[in-house]
Amino acid sequence: MAKIIVVTSGKGGVGKTTSSAAIGTGLALRGHKTVVIDFDVGLRNLDLIMNCERRVVYDFINVVNNEATLNQALIKDKRVETLYILPASQTRDKDALTREGVEKVLIELAETFEYIVCDSPAGIEKGALMALYFADEAVVVTNPEVSSVRDSDRIIGILHSKSRRAETGQEPIKEHLLLTRYDPERVELGEMLGVKDVQDILAIPLLGVIPESEAVLKCSNQGIPVILESQSDAGQAYEDAVSRLLGDERPMRFLTAPKKGFFKRMFGG
Amino acid sequence: MASFFDYFRSRKPNSASVAKERLQIIVAHERSQRQQPDYLPALQKELLEVIKKYVQVAQDDISIQIDNTDNCSVLELNITLPEK
Repeated sequence: MAKIIVVTSGKGGVGKTTSSAAIGTGLALRGHKTVVIDFDVGLRNLDLIMNCERRVVYDFINVVNNEATLNQALIKDKRVETLYILPASQTRDKDALTREGVEKVLIELAETFEYIVCDSPAGIEKGALMALYFADEAVVVTNPEVSSVRDSDRIIGILHSKSRRAETGQEPIKEHLLLTRYDPERVELGEMLGVKDVQDILAIPLLGVIPESEAVLKCSNQGIPVILESQSDAGQAYEDAVSRLLGDERPMRFLTAPKKGFFKRMFGG
Repeated sequence: MASFFDYFRSRKPNSASVAKERLQIIVAHERSQRQQPDYLPALQKELLEVIKKYVQVAQDDISIQIDNTDNCSVLELNITLPEK
């Protein structure tokens, strides 16, 4: 039975695609056959983040419309054996996604994949609603910043009311909070909401905290999912998050600022 | 870690706690609105039409909300009538 995981946030630019790529890659690295689907029709970017932008021939909408088979549209990752990408259409708009069409594709994917990661577009319109509708679990990506936290709360409300599980009265979607772009130093200075603050407000279990990291931009520049950069703080934090998603217990890391030397403490910087 | 010179800077309430307080208020407000049934705005509009037949009231003069307690729901309708 395939597990459908939506990566969502409401707000744009908080790290949904970065997180989808990292989590999908992390699951595949552990041997699970995984597909990451880009639901951002018209503004696809997962292909760039995962370095397969030049290999896109057919897309998600082509499969929905029976213009291509799933096997024609799926792109096999060149680094991780069990990882596939289903890119979004760049020329169509979000109305091209229908609930029946998405369901048909998900059912077919579920026959061969263990994990289906749905990379949601920003907003709360059709694309975002389609990405979360069939989900079993949701990763709510949030920055420690007021507009992101508010939008995450809104998305959590939508998971509770507009998903298939909610509409059919099944067990609710399992929710996970993924706090990204976290800067422990600014938290300690009282300039940024801390993990506990965000958790107090959103009240969903914490999956992980990804520190603000140079590695994220460096990786996206090159089309490398940051989890493959196993020496980096962000890569390790995603690694921990994937373990927790699979049910392992891992202590939270990167929650405190690195200790500074005597001079830095005296004179700031 | 605050530096030595920070002690001489003015101490305002830190901005993170301001953020948390503002979020708690707005999120609580939005959650309570979210729990209201979909038909409420339409109901409010129709009630306004009926009331308008008899007295002059504006959209803002009427408020409607549903409070759910343990085993009963209360539909609360508040109309501010114009002064005579």
